[in-house]
Amino acid sequence: MYSEKVMDHFANPRNVGEIENADGVGEVGNPQCGDIMRMSLRIQNGVIEDVKFRTFGCGAAIATSSIATEMIKGKSIEDALKLTNKAVVEALDGLPPVKVHCSVLAEQAVKAAISDYYRRQGVDPEPIVGKLEEDCHACGCGV
Amino acid sequence: MATIYVDNAATTPVSREVLEAMTPYFSEVYGNPSSIFYSVGEQARQALDAARERTARALNAEPGEIYFTSCGTEADNWAVKGTARRMAAQGKKHLITSSIEHHAILHSMAALEREGFEVTYLPVDAEGFVRPEDVDAAIRPDTALVSIMMANNEIGTIEPIAEIAEVCRRRGVLFHTDAVQAVGAIPVDVKALGVDMLSLSAHKFNGPKGVGVLYIRRGVNPVNFMDGGAQEKRRRAGTENLAGIVGLSTALEIAVNGLAEKSKRLSELRDIVLDHVAAMPKVKINGPLDRSKRLPNNVNASFEAAEGESLLLMLDMKGICASSGSACASGSLDPSHVLLAIGLPHEIAHCSLRISFGVQNTVEEARAVCAALDEVVPKVRERSPLWNE
Repeated sequence: MYSEKVMDHFANPRNVGEIENADGVGEVGNPQCGDIMRMSLRIQNGVIEDVKFRTFGCGAAIATSSIATEMIKGKSIEDALKLTNKAVVEALDGLPPVKVHCSVLAEQAVKAAISDYYRRQGVDPEPIVGKLEEDCHACGCGV
Repeated sequence: MATIYVDNAATTPVSREVLEAMTPYFSEVYGNPSSIFYSVGEQARQALDAARERTARALNAEPGEIYFTSCGTEADNWAVKGTARRMAAQGKKHLITSSIEHHAILHSMAALEREGFEVTYLPVDAEGFVRPEDVDAAIRPDTALVSIMMANNEIGTIEPIAEIAEVCRRRGVLFHTDAVQAVGAIPVDVKALGVDMLSLSAHKFNGPKGVGVLYIRRGVNPVNFMDGGAQEKRRRAGTENLAGIVGLSTALEIAVNGLAEKSKRLSELRDIVLDHVAAMPKVKINGPLDRSKRLPNNVNASFEAAEGESLLLMLDMKGICASSGSACASGSLDPSHVLLAIGLPHEIAHCSLRISFGVQNTVEEARAVCAALDEVVPKVRERSPLWNE
């Protein structure tokens, strides 16, 4: 049911774990829906030096988290914020329609972690990051 | 890598004996059983009659009470909708079922609700049991039918069908049971159970897919579901799937004749995995703890913080085929209705795994499943933000 790329990221997920004393931590989804992604960032001079994730969820949830960390690592915050769920799906050579939901969570997890970083800096993240959809029933992915 | 197939509640492989019994009915005895004026048709008719007799004998029914259908789902649809529509003429527009039925029943009930029928969905206890006294209390003067499954497909609960049937008989209400998971796994005697209708499906006991039975006790008369020719005493139209029917009756005979031995073998495999899983940390066994009230082939457990689909994928990488009640495995946001009905919180229901054994499985395979779980469960938990050990 999954592409080889998805199965690769599921079998060998990149950047699993948690960064100690992270500069920003975001958690999205909830256990009711069956998906939770927690992403932690180390940020220096506006660049994402390191990123790690832990995810409770299906194969697609693990794979989208994994590839999202690869896609933002070493990037500026500005570039990381341009990460879309569509780009995540494309990078994985596609997802089954019912799993597109997971790519939305991955995008939201990155944004939630960056928002947390701004809040810790005393900056209101909303004008920069936008409003976060934290209820998975409302994410608009169609599931 | 050898495949270990432990999803026999989903379907089973057709046994060689069954396949051989079916083979002549594709291109040698290809006649239409309704065309009895030449020998290839007459032979087909005889094979059909013989299959019906064997099927009846295996269930302790009369041959005239056996109606072949295209699957268990059709049998369920016919029993539920056909009875509801028959009884509606007498002003009886209420039905009773349980909250843990297969979707073949639940969605048939929902379709009837859209037609103006009223349905009571009985709750179950934490192990999935329906209480006969709840059935008694739910019956009303306008109740047309009670339908309760004989054994649950996900958690293996064997319902007290004889007692529920007795309640229905005493109250004068028709009773149907979906015995798709029970037939071929535990003894099923329609007379001893006292049921009015019973559904079964061949592919759950090493028969072919695409063929089932609705047992209809003499005198019970659900409205036809399939209209057309005069097959099945004018009650279920459509040229008979003769090879499938021969396969069903052969598989049923084999399963019933060897039931005691099969049940002993399967429970041995089940118990190896149940005992192992029960000793793993942070695991909840779903379904009856009293193993005499659990299907002999069923294991269902939730592994806290380890999501079900992830477990399935990792098991698949080891060649093990199992199933899960997690939402991700079902393609929606909600986990299995059965696991929610027994009171599991969503986050525990998402972490469930079902392992169901079949006659082809071995003790070595059961042990391999245990070893795989020891490896896979911690690996999935390691990735999970819900796991803090």
